[in-house]
Amino acid sequence: MAKVTVDGIEVEVPNGATVLQACEAAGKEIPRFCYHERLSVAGNCRMCLVEVEKAPKPVASCAYPVADGMVVKTDSPVVRNARRGVMEFLLINHPLDCPICDQGGECDLQDQAMGYGMDHSRYREAKRSVKDKNIGPLIKTIMTRCIQCTRCVRFSAEVAGTSELGGTNRGENLEIGTYVEQALTSELSGNLIDICPVGALTSRPYAFVARPWELRKTEGIDVLDATGTNIRIDTRGPEVLRILPRINEDVNEEWMADRGRFSFDGLKRKRLDRPWLRVDGKLRPASWGEAFAAIAAKLKGLPGSRIGAIAGDLVEAESLFALKTLMAKLGSANLDCRVDGAAIDVSRPDFYRFNTTIAGIEEADALLIVGSNPRHESPVINARIRKRWAQGRFPVGLIGPVGLDLTYGHQHLGDGPAALGTLIEGTHWFSQTFRAAKKPMVLLGRGALARPDGAAVLAAAWQVAASADALRPDWHGFNLLHLFGGQVGALALGFLPGEGGQDIGGMLGGGVDALWLLGADGVDPAMIQPGTFVIYQGHHGDRAASRADVILPGAAYTEKDGTWVNTEGRVQRGHLAIHPPGEAREDWRIIRAASEALGATLPFDTLAQLRDAMPLAEGFERGFCTDATGPSGDVGGLSSTAFSLPLANYHQADVISRASEVMAQCAATYAAPLAVAAE
Amino acid sequence: MALSDKDRIFTNLYGLQDWRLPAAQKRGNWDGTGGILAKGRDWIIEEMKSSGLRGRGGAGFPTGMKWSFMPKQASERPHYLVVNADESEPGTCKDRDIIRHDPHTLIEGCLIAGFAMGAHAGYIYVRGEYYNESRVLDAAIDEAYAAGLLGKNAAGSGWDFDLYVHRGAGAYICGEETALIESLEGKKGMPRLKPPFPAAVGLYGCPTTVNNVETIAVVPTILRRGAAWFAGFGRPKNSGTKIFCIQGHVNKPCNVEEEMSIPMRELIERHAGGVRGGWDNLMCVIPGGSSTPLLPKHICDDVLMDFDALREHKSGLGTAGVIVMDKSTDIVRAIARLSRFYKHESCGQCTPCREGMGWVSRMMDRMVQGRAEVEEIDVLEDVTRRIEGHTICALADGGVWPVQGLIRHYRPVMEERIAAYKAAHAAPVLPMAAE
Repeated sequence: MAKVTVDGIEVEVPNGATVLQACEAAGKEIPRFCYHERLSVAGNCRMCLVEVEKAPKPVASCAYPVADGMVVKTDSPVVRNARRGVMEFLLINHPLDCPICDQGGECDLQDQAMGYGMDHSRYREAKRSVKDKNIGPLIKTIMTRCIQCTRCVRFSAEVAGTSELGGTNRGENLEIGTYVEQALTSELSGNLIDICPVGALTSRPYAFVARPWELRKTEGIDVLDATGTNIRIDTRGPEVLRILPRINEDVNEEWMADRGRFSFDGLKRKRLDRPWLRVDGKLRPASWGEAFAAIAAKLKGLPGSRIGAIAGDLVEAESLFALKTLMAKLGSANLDCRVDGAAIDVSRPDFYRFNTTIAGIEEADALLIVGSNPRHESPVINARIRKRWAQGRFPVGLIGPVGLDLTYGHQHLGDGPAALGTLIEGTHWFSQTFRAAKKPMVLLGRGALARPDGAAVLAAAWQVAASADALRPDWHGFNLLHLFGGQVGALALGFLPGEGGQDIGGMLGGGVDALWLLGADGVDPAMIQPGTFVIYQGHHGDRAASRADVILPGAAYTEKDGTWVNTEGRVQRGHLAIHPPGEAREDWRIIRAASEALGATLPFDTLAQLRDAMPLAEGFERGFCTDATGPSGDVGGLSSTAFSLPLANYHQADVISRASEVMAQCAATYAAPLAVAAE
Repeated sequence: MALSDKDRIFTNLYGLQDWRLPAAQKRGNWDGTGGILAKGRDWIIEEMKSSGLRGRGGAGFPTGMKWSFMPKQASERPHYLVVNADESEPGTCKDRDIIRHDPHTLIEGCLIAGFAMGAHAGYIYVRGEYYNESRVLDAAIDEAYAAGLLGKNAAGSGWDFDLYVHRGAGAYICGEETALIESLEGKKGMPRLKPPFPAAVGLYGCPTTVNNVETIAVVPTILRRGAAWFAGFGRPKNSGTKIFCIQGHVNKPCNVEEEMSIPMRELIERHAGGVRGGWDNLMCVIPGGSSTPLLPKHICDDVLMDFDALREHKSGLGTAGVIVMDKSTDIVRAIARLSRFYKHESCGQCTPCREGMGWVSRMMDRMVQGRAEVEEIDVLEDVTRRIEGHTICALADGGVWPVQGLIRHYRPVMEERIAAYKAAHAAPVLPMAAE
């Protein structure tokens, strides 16, 4: 520890800390632009200059290491003068367009100019203007506003791992951009908007939409991937205007994936905003009463075994629990949540969780990825893997398609389950590396289980982890990476075939006469037997809704108080940011109302009562492995088919993003074959 | 008292003799190099310290002390010697003559310096425009390898030393030691934050010392003739001999090796044939390359050419590029040209330099015409103060010093010009309508 005196306040900070950290420990605010906690130190904006006794010049506090006995002044005339100077320099070429700038109200430059700047400009020369760059459909650039802090350059190189941004030219002609103008390929590109301290990089979909002080901010959970990213939903009136990440060191740090951030315009399109009823083969609008009456008329005559329910990928725990309870009351054990048909073994929670935990990735020292492209399946977890990789000594092996750009170096070990077999035997060339690791981890993609030999793949992946001694009381190296926010919650609540119940294949194949699809958009309507009475409860008129006999309009994740479980098994709550459109209602209420119509009234009237009854407590505790016995699958059943990835199109992977125009633009931009310049 | 020929280190500065190895050896280069190395690292560094040699690249940091910052024991990270031959300071052309006419002084110096800091590899970063010079250097290094003076067991010393030449791309900022290291690593030449200093984390993250060509080239002679000999020239703390580059309005511009602390007037009159039109026609002198503030004639009359004497007059010895300007000079325009140079060469990393150099340069352009207000001279001065000392490297400091020197000594000239412009462009008195 080093003792540092900041403006007469003595603080102790660890050796190797920076002067800026010492100042913060002393409660002194140091203005900064280029410095960002999660990026390397550039020290170029010079806003954080402070006076250090015995130093000949003011020092950049963000980069200067503390020394024992150091005396720092943050409010001396020298410091004030330096800050005022830097502020003036930043502003001389910065346009005075705050009234039309989308950063207005949350702009570091604006705030710090108020705090540290002068009240007038002495600059009489012509201002610089810089041509805007086209870097894709998500990020709007107004490069004249750029203050060359290089945060974006460092973010793309260090966190996103796609070194696409850089500075060209020098001196006052320094411009930030891509070398040859092209769209950024990172799935984390939206974070550039947050990280830019000025209005140079702003959100294209949010351009000229609102001012931050007009927005109502609601805390939520992103469900469009299984990371469980903590988000803030900004709304005005009945509209979601933008989604931003919240800081959660254990989950997303402060990053967020693009699909979660930009898909929200899909919440306004293709919505189910009233009940529908199929009459004479055609869907027609109906009232809630008619809808429930039709359901009751059909279901009351059926034995429980002829009724089934399938849950989709984005559904929150409350409605899953309500529907499961209702099914039990109706005497049905026909439940399933595995729309993709993944062979998941729920006999133990650690068979289907990301047991290492997202933060735990940083402790790992070797990684084996099986049948997954984490860059698409969870960009935020991928960034965490990259963060670990960047620290060095982190061999990464991949069993899956050749030529994936994961943003970090990896070795391709094979394209199908055969490689798993040799890894278990220890004959694979990667085995030695993997087994030598002290904290190896296996990352199994959920997509690798959605195939005929899924159970065998699951068992094999577990055995690979066991063979590397990754399943210990102090380390759990087996991880299943799910794809969507509702998947783990459904598994945790046991939304699965009960005793004698049928699974999704049985239910679709005519095993039931009435099928309740709860947000199950992934179900292929053609698979459902013609005579089956289908109740579709959900928020978007996607494929499955068109097959329904009764449509019950539900709420999307921004429109309800809900509990979601991320791929780690972390139970998190999101809150209602806007009300569902039209006559749509929160899903658990719909089920509760339907239960009354069916004469099987559920025993809860409020969300609180439901949550009391629900066996899912908020929070998370990291689990380790005390029992290395594996899942029930037979490793002998491994086929030779190569793994294929579950998300063909990152930007349009779920019902909300499929309805989003912004995501459609992205899909068009990134799906197009890259133009290659002639040599 | 001028430096006598027997005390010159660069005996072929003018290229009158051959630069190749046999001729160089006849001049005394490579004489007993192995023996010098045999005396050991500590002896060399001690000898350098007591010689009082200060870095010849501009900052004047004591060389022996700089070398002693290198870790004593090599860890798994190798040590590197980097020689800064990116001589870009306007007014300076000494390294160029050393490289093309006396390359073996430099190469021998590299071996000794590399040995003294535990480096097995040295890089000479040559300014991109010095194409012919780099060819000479390449050829001289090849000769040295062929003669066993470099490579394995260099000069029979038992020390392995390899020397490489790297050509820059012509950016002034790459003469700053950390920007040079970045550039050598293949990156954009932008100065690094210090600390850590290169002696701890330098080239490829390894301990590195960056020295100027002249600094390294004088090392062998100092060690052969003894620290006391070298320290015997000049005033205390400013000892040794130094190559001065004298140009501008003098009758015979030249590079000349002279004793430190020689009076400026003697230097100019003895070696450069005096100021054009006589000493009284002198207006001012920039004593140490373009980044040092100018000195008007009344200071030049008796100032000594060394680090401390020039610092007393708020200027500096810098690289000893003496730019002489007689009374025909438009001094405002001359300094405005320098401002434009520094604006153009700013790397763009730090805010004050990136934004401020353009501002200063544009104001200076207006000052040349006089198209300004008198108060703006104060604004200009204040802007330079806000740039100075607030950046990562010293380019910004060097870029604003000339302007500060101008305002310090020639403010009346600037004011006159403004008044003249106002008089010539007085707004016509327009007839006003009666209310």
